[in-house]
Amino acid sequence: MEKKKDFVVRFAGEGGQGMVTAGEGLAQAAAQVGYHSQTFSTFPSQIEGGPTWCQTRIAITPALSAGDELDVLVAFNHAAYEGHKGEVREGGVIVYNSEEFQLEPDGHSFGMPFEELGKSTGNPRASNMVVLGAIAHLVNWPQSYLQDFVVARFRRGRANDQEIIDSNIKALSLGEEAARASGFNLGELASPVKPKYTQVMIKGNDLLALGAVAAGVEVFVGYPISPATTILVFMERNLTGPGRFVYQASSEIESINAIVGAGFAGKKAMTSTSGPGMSLMSEGIGMAWMAEIPVVIVNVQRGGPATGLPTKTEQSDFLAALHPAHGDQALPIIAPGTVEECFYAAIAAVNWAERYQGPVILLSDQMLSERAQNVPRPDLGKVVVEKRLVYSGNNGYLRYEASTVSPMPVPGGSGSYVANASEHDPMGDTTHRPDRHVQMTERRFNKLKLLQDSTYEAKHREAPIAVMPWGGSKGSMQEAYDILMAQGQKVGWYYTMYLHPLPAKLLEELRQKELVLVPELNYLGQFGSYLRSLGVRAESITQYTGLPFKVQDLVDQVTERVRAAQGGMVRV
Amino acid sequence: MTSKNEEYDFKWCPGCGDFGVRRSLEYAVADWITQTGQSIENTVVVAGIGCSGNMVHLLEGPQPFGIHGIHGRTLPISFGIKMGRPDLNVVIVAGDGDFLSIGMEHIAPQAQRNLNVTAIIMDNAVYGLTKGQSSPTTDMGVVTPTTPYGKVEGALNPLDLYLTLGASFIASGISTKIRPLGNLMSQAMHHPGFAIVHVQSPCTTYNDNYEILKGNPKKGMAPVAWDIPAEHDPTDRAAAHRVIHSGGIPLGVIYKQENSKPLDKRMGEAWAKARTQSVEQLLDSFLFKVS
Ligand SMILES: Cc1ncc(C[n+]2csc(CCOP(=O)(O)OP(=O)(O)O)c2C)c(N)n1
Ligand code: SF4
Repeated sequence: MEKKKDFVVRFAGEGGQGMVTAGEGLAQAAAQVGYHSQTFSTFPSQIEGGPTWCQTRIAITPALSAGDELDVLVAFNHAAYEGHKGEVREGGVIVYNSEEFQLEPDGHSFGMPFEELGKSTGNPRASNMVVLGAIAHLVNWPQSYLQDFVVARFRRGRANDQEIIDSNIKALSLGEEAARASGFNLGELASPVKPKYTQVMIKGNDLLALGAVAAGVEVFVGYPISPATTILVFMERNLTGPGRFVYQASSEIESINAIVGAGFAGKKAMTSTSGPGMSLMSEGIGMAWMAEIPVVIVNVQRGGPATGLPTKTEQSDFLAALHPAHGDQALPIIAPGTVEECFYAAIAAVNWAERYQGPVILLSDQMLSERAQNVPRPDLGKVVVEKRLVYSGNNGYLRYEASTVSPMPVPGGSGSYVANASEHDPMGDTTHRPDRHVQMTERRFNKLKLLQDSTYEAKHREAPIAVMPWGGSKGSMQEAYDILMAQGQKVGWYYTMYLHPLPAKLLEELRQKELVLVPELNYLGQFGSYLRSLGVRAESITQYTGLPFKVQDLVDQVTERVRAAQGGMVRV
Repeated sequence: MTSKNEEYDFKWCPGCGDFGVRRSLEYAVADWITQTGQSIENTVVVAGIGCSGNMVHLLEGPQPFGIHGIHGRTLPISFGIKMGRPDLNVVIVAGDGDFLSIGMEHIAPQAQRNLNVTAIIMDNAVYGLTKGQSSPTTDMGVVTPTTPYGKVEGALNPLDLYLTLGASFIASGISTKIRPLGNLMSQAMHHPGFAIVHVQSPCTTYNDNYEILKGNPKKGMAPVAWDIPAEHDPTDRAAAHRVIHSGGIPLGVIYKQENSKPLDKRMGEAWAKARTQSVEQLLDSFLFKVS
């Protein structure tokens, strides 16, 4: 039998039962022996209870998505079993906690008492290891894989380390025995192909925060909100030392105004939030645009509107990110599509803010923020960090005179002016003259042209029909695209994290296409409508369940739309 | 039109209290420069939206930096400026509507943090720029365009509020006493912490209360504003409370916390526990070895 190349496990139960710990533990253990792994977690916003699940995918090539179908479902309770059993592939296995419920033997499930087995090792917290031990057996993993992981995790330099390690290793073997007794086996998972590069195991939000620090962010002010909170937490811990400032604000209104103040005062400043906070920041973002102050606003998208779906994933803030404020404005947007891109997107966002002297939206999403994945360790030697043009001439400078970006005076230095959020004349004083409003509006939009030289991916450029995912849907589409290619379909691929303004050359290419298909997680088809407004024949493939796309769904949808288009029925 | 900018078209009405406040601020900034040796560019004026906030464009002489942002947000903007650049002298100019109505939510946090800025609040008990609507300090029963049958809310006592919220320096002044007001502003700038100078600055157009504040002997009207006697000990919180509740408008330094420790100092102390790591070190903390 051919060895499995890829393995998907879902841990489902109630918040507090350790699903995420188990899923991330499995991912880490796999990565430590050279597999590629990634997790996807979804949970309710309450702390205790509520349906929670974490999915881990392990593969011998980089894992692009969370995986459609489950090889193994670990059901911690009956509701989880009922809710998720439909997603187990044919031939998959369900492992359930027999302390919670019992099933008649059905040929694809077996129970074991998670807690009881765990506690029998003398360690009340070992039940997760029982589960992992059983899973390892199902794919014929050598015992050493998980044992080494246990040793690495629990060797913490404490007196009772060995005791804890021993009990956890015992738990692994108890799980393994139970799985063996069940008689189930999924076939062997192919040995890992160890990556040649150094890797980090990290979540999107942590890597995004690290990118911001690498780009020279010195001031960070934020207010807790899922799924952006972990960025604030990372900054509170690490953005310390002389010349820096990090603080938990009293609201998002305070966050945005504070970073505008810091940006005005010469600092690279950032805040992070999610939908509701974005709404509160609206006026402050408009101020940064109007007064021309570099700042970066991270929006880790949740489902919306209003309080919406705090812990689910959606890409429904594109239009709000493009026009977050009232009046004529269109904000630069950079959206990472993978955990790795979170790092580079953060650097690019800070660079853009400095270059065009205004606010930039860094648009991430929940599925990236919480996803733990092993990725190549970023090479700081390759990172380019930009700084704003600072004015150093004499006083009496006309800060807003030029028709595009001009050197910015910084308090303490020469060229004092009034940074003005009301319409202003070249020295920054308020004015109502029509010619000035025309001059300044054009100046503000002209500056966007400085941002059109970014990179993008393109494959099969000759095809008249192309797909173009954005943000966190990139991975699923990429995997679907590989399948479409293997099937011999003729479809092009375009992707960039620079959503507004788009790289000029990319836009030129897109305008030549007969059809550009945009998979996106929202009802309106927001990015598709934006592309159409730019003269691209774009059509969206939408989904608004709060969950990521499944690869097979995308394969089917693209196939169907391509067929329809080729039949001369382009639906726009 | 100002002497430095012909195009600028905003003007205060004749007799507006804000003229006097501007003179006082110019004195205070000049004194600050002489006393500290800092350059004028080290001072940043953060303006609210209202007639009062337009002061940032109307200042005469050497120009400080300024930021004229959005309504009610002078405090959070100052928070970012001051904590990003603790070397700067940050001065807020705003009206009672801006600071006490839409901006009210920001006073308590900054007072508790003891942000080291000076807020100069021009109280005319009315919204000037939007043409005379009621403000938090408008008296109950007063008729304005938005209270056509009389205001049904009580009037806020701003000094009492500042004391309650924990401001570490509170002074009260009046726009007609330019030198004493400038002197209060100077003290506020030198105070290491959150300092508020609350100024009676009448609006001649929508609420001309000069006579009430200063009194009119001819009409037998006693002044509502009175000078705080020299014996008052501003470091005594209970005494400050008594002054505020003695009726009328007390003028002078009401409260000044001893050993006030501003936020930038507190942050420095808290961070003594932090082990700051470089980006390389932080990345390495997520490394793992493939065995
Ligand atoms: C968010 C927002 N709401 C309302 C306004 C309109 N507005 C401008 S100034 C002002 C009140 C001004 O009153 P005050 O702060 O007391 O200043 P004054 O004009 O009396 O000096 C209002 C409501 C605005 N600019 N922004
Ligand atoms: S309306 Fe009142 S506050 Fe505004 S400038 Fe005129 S007098 Fe001053």
